[in-house]
Amino acid sequence: FFFFLLVYRLHGRYHEMAPNVVPMDYTKDPDVKLPMQLIINMPELKENPFKERIVESFSEDGEGSLSFNDFVDMFSVLSEMAPRELKAIYAFKIYDFNTDNFICKSDLEKTLNKLTREELTAEEITLVCEKVIEEADMDGDGKLGFADFENMISKAPDFLRYCLKK
Amino acid sequence: EKDKEDESKEENSSSQQNRASRRKSLQKKPGDGKKAGEEGSRQRERGKKAPTKDQKESENKERKTNKKGKEEENKQKKDRKNSTSSASSNSSDEESLSEEELAMLMEQVEQKKKLISTMRNKPWRMVKKLSVLREAQAFVEKFEGALGKGKGKKLYAYKMMMAKKWVKFKRDFDNFKTQCIPWEMKIKEVESHFGSSVASYFIFLRWMYGVNLVLFGLIFGLVIIPEVLMGMPYGSMPRKTVPRAEQATAMDFSVLWDFEGYIKYSALFYGYYNNQRTIGWLKYRLPMAYFMVGISVFGYSLMVVIRSMARNANESTADGDDDNFVFSWKMFTSWDYLIGNPETADNKFASITTSFKESIVDEQESNKDENIHLRRFLRVLANVLIICCLCGSGYLIYFVVKRSQTFSKMQNVGWYERNEVEIVMSLLGMFCPPLFETIAALENYHPRIGLKWQLGRIFALFLGNLYTFLLALMDDVNEKLAEEDVVKNITRWTLLGHHNSSVENGSTATPPPLDPADVPRGPCWETTVGIEFVRLTVSDILVTYITILVGDFIRACFVRFVNYCWCWDLEAGFPSYAEFDISGNVLGLVFNQGMIWMGSFYAPGLVGVNVLRLLTSMYFQCWAVMSSNVPHERVFKASKSNNFYMGLLLLILFLSLLPVAYTIMSLPPSFDCGPFSGKKRMYEVIQETIELDFPLFVAKIFSYVANPGLIIPAILLMVLAIYYLNAVAEAYQRANTELKKKMQMQREEEKNKRNNKASTNPMLQDLEDLLTPGTKSESHPKQAEDKKTESPTRTSPVGKHRKAAPLNGIPMTGGRGAAFTPPPHMFMRQPPTLGVWAPYPGQPRPRGHPPGPVLGRGRGQPRY
Repeated sequence: FFFFLLVYRLHGRYHEMAPNVVPMDYTKDPDVKLPMQLIINMPELKENPFKERIVESFSEDGEGSLSFNDFVDMFSVLSEMAPRELKAIYAFKIYDFNTDNFICKSDLEKTLNKLTREELTAEEITLVCEKVIEEADMDGDGKLGFADFENMISKAPDFLRYCLKK
Repeated sequence: EKDKEDESKEENSSSQQNRASRRKSLQKKPGDGKKAGEEGSRQRERGKKAPTKDQKESENKERKTNKKGKEEENKQKKDRKNSTSSASSNSSDEESLSEEELAMLMEQVEQKKKLISTMRNKPWRMVKKLSVLREAQAFVEKFEGALGKGKGKKLYAYKMMMAKKWVKFKRDFDNFKTQCIPWEMKIKEVESHFGSSVASYFIFLRWMYGVNLVLFGLIFGLVIIPEVLMGMPYGSMPRKTVPRAEQATAMDFSVLWDFEGYIKYSALFYGYYNNQRTIGWLKYRLPMAYFMVGISVFGYSLMVVIRSMARNANESTADGDDDNFVFSWKMFTSWDYLIGNPETADNKFASITTSFKESIVDEQESNKDENIHLRRFLRVLANVLIICCLCGSGYLIYFVVKRSQTFSKMQNVGWYERNEVEIVMSLLGMFCPPLFETIAALENYHPRIGLKWQLGRIFALFLGNLYTFLLALMDDVNEKLAEEDVVKNITRWTLLGHHNSSVENGSTATPPPLDPADVPRGPCWETTVGIEFVRLTVSDILVTYITILVGDFIRACFVRFVNYCWCWDLEAGFPSYAEFDISGNVLGLVFNQGMIWMGSFYAPGLVGVNVLRLLTSMYFQCWAVMSSNVPHERVFKASKSNNFYMGLLLLILFLSLLPVAYTIMSLPPSFDCGPFSGKKRMYEVIQETIELDFPLFVAKIFSYVANPGLIIPAILLMVLAIYYLNAVAEAYQRANTELKKKMQMQREEEKNKRNNKASTNPMLQDLEDLLTPGTKSESHPKQAEDKKTESPTRTSPVGKHRKAAPLNGIPMTGGRGAAFTPPPHMFMRQPPTLGVWAPYPGQPRPRGHPPGPVLGRGRGQPRY
């Protein structure tokens, strides 16, 4: 009802990214996917350092191509209406670069490098990573599981404000 | 979830068909349902990692077994429903309306509704969500109609919509509010490149601007504009006219910077105002207003400063336990996902990097532990050195001022002697801060704390400046006061003489009035003081701007462009680019504000000058910082509350209140200028108003209240209240820190517990192993073995143990769990097992006491 327009608009966006591939009507439920390269050039994602990760974690095959379902999925999570827990889950997925269901040191390093455009020295990076693990790792396994992540992120004051919002 | 629903509509225009067929299948019966249930459980077992793939697989399987395509799909959806909503499959299908089934139905409908509303929260793939949702909605639609509960739907939808609208509105409003904050983007930009410490200066500047705007409004609205509109016009009386001697130069260009001539005799200065009690048709009591505005400028400033200090203090205590996840939060939540503009993104990257660096500096600082004695010694040494410097400069100032007083009495002194004080002061101001900085390098403080020390020291130095200035001013005022007496007589004589001469001329008519420009004037010391302050402010502005222009901009240009043809690397080497001097700028601002507070009573226009100054310096300094400064070598985070600045400001406010209060209370105002002329003291204007404008009893009450007998107890009471509140605040503070400590401890404990869980369990088992042989009961080794094999966690073995005991045929008392439900044989069994699960079961044993059943319950407390 109310968000018919919204979805329609989304579909318009989806369509205009690749007008020749995406059909206008979805009555026949065609199996269409858009490659990552198109998605990350959207203005909303263009400047985001984690754009590849975002698209990857929403895509069904894990390689970054999105069907329209995934596309709507992504926007519904990124919208401000989405609840905190859901955002936390997807945030975890995004930061988990090697998709082993843990955020380990290499993930942290990658995150940090993306955030700072590799302007920190190697020692600083290792220091920060160690600190993060030390702060947030509750079960002492040297990496952050989802429980750790959620525990940490749920206490962050500006998570809702900043993280995953569009 | 609404959008998803729409989406479903859009995507599958044939959903109506689906629904219809689903209904069919629903009515089809338990046989299918059971199968579906099986499928569901299978699916559930596979887990949710890749649900879509599984779905496809299962679809395929089903396709093999069944033949009708559509019903298949429906069934699958149904089994999904089963797997997620955990409703039993077969009961829902019946539409017979027996009571129990109705209740059940209702329950299920509720469940479905809940599912629909929480759908959004489930991290499933869209495909799955869609199908589950469609299923649940169809179910609700169908049975809700039967139960007659569909009416609530519209209302619910409406409510939802309103809630969403409200949220959106609030968000928009917040955005609007942040957009209304002036210079927010500018400051953010500076912050992203230079760190929060530099930004804190600009925030302070902005705050100051706000305060000054209010003061400006107060003074202009209540004093200057009424005077201009309703007061007597220029030239109507002596105090509003340029004297004849000055008229030749009154329009010179130099008037603009030395504030003589027409500017001196304008509403911008004290002397222009008339002592007429009421002006204009409004009967506006201007002298009264002047006095009250002068007081309320201080009152308002005090209130604002103290309030913002209190708020800052609140803020800094409110988010106390932030420190736990500093780095994690920075790592995971610092990126603003709203950013879409490349420039903003650049800024954001820079600011994230800076903030990481700030935290790293903090961290390193807290981790540092070196030779504490050496450090302490160095700090003491540095402080001694700095105190020596301060004392030396203080004495120097004192000496110079004394000398200048003797010089002022002598005639024909040279240029140097006349300006000696100023020269010494500016030399001190130039060389001392760098000297302090060098000495402060000894102390090796964290830059944030270092900045505070530096600020405090330069503040002490600048106080000397202030002191000399005030001293000179007081001398001036006293001189003027002496001069005034003489002039007063002259004026009277002139007026008399003029009158007499006109009488002597023989005309009976009133004598032609003396041209106001010709009347001899008193020196009007208030205006002189006001001009002094305005001049000081203006020269301060010029000096600041020129310093920025030369010291920062020209230097940066030089370094940047001459670097191509120079023998060493200018950028990295000696001159390099300038850093932003936070301490100097903050102190400049604070002292300038002190000048404004002091001077605004004598020169109401001063606040206007200051507003202009702050406005321009905001833009100018922002530009200068961005164009020609480099970030500090060690970027550090400003303390969250800039209460230190506020504290300095408060001190200055108090110091500037003193001289003004002194002049109001104990110096006589000039006799021929200003709103209080003709009175003995300035504050008499209040008494006058009370006597003439209020009913009698108010005056009486006032005289009672002003009685020292009442004032002294009131002050005492206030002191007591302050003491009490202070004590309460301290107690709260203590409780707060205690709580914080507790929380920290708890967290640590939790961490440790989790860390040690793996290691403690084996240890416990070892303990048991050690103990069990010691008991020498036949049944026990077996038990212990059992336990060892089946006890990976703590809780489960107890239960299992209890189960296992009857199986073995031996009624056991082992474990705490068993102790609560003691088997009947308990008294006959020998007790040694009772300590198996207690951490220190051996405690009572060495004493050789025969432990009874009582012991089994408690963990072996020695009760006897």
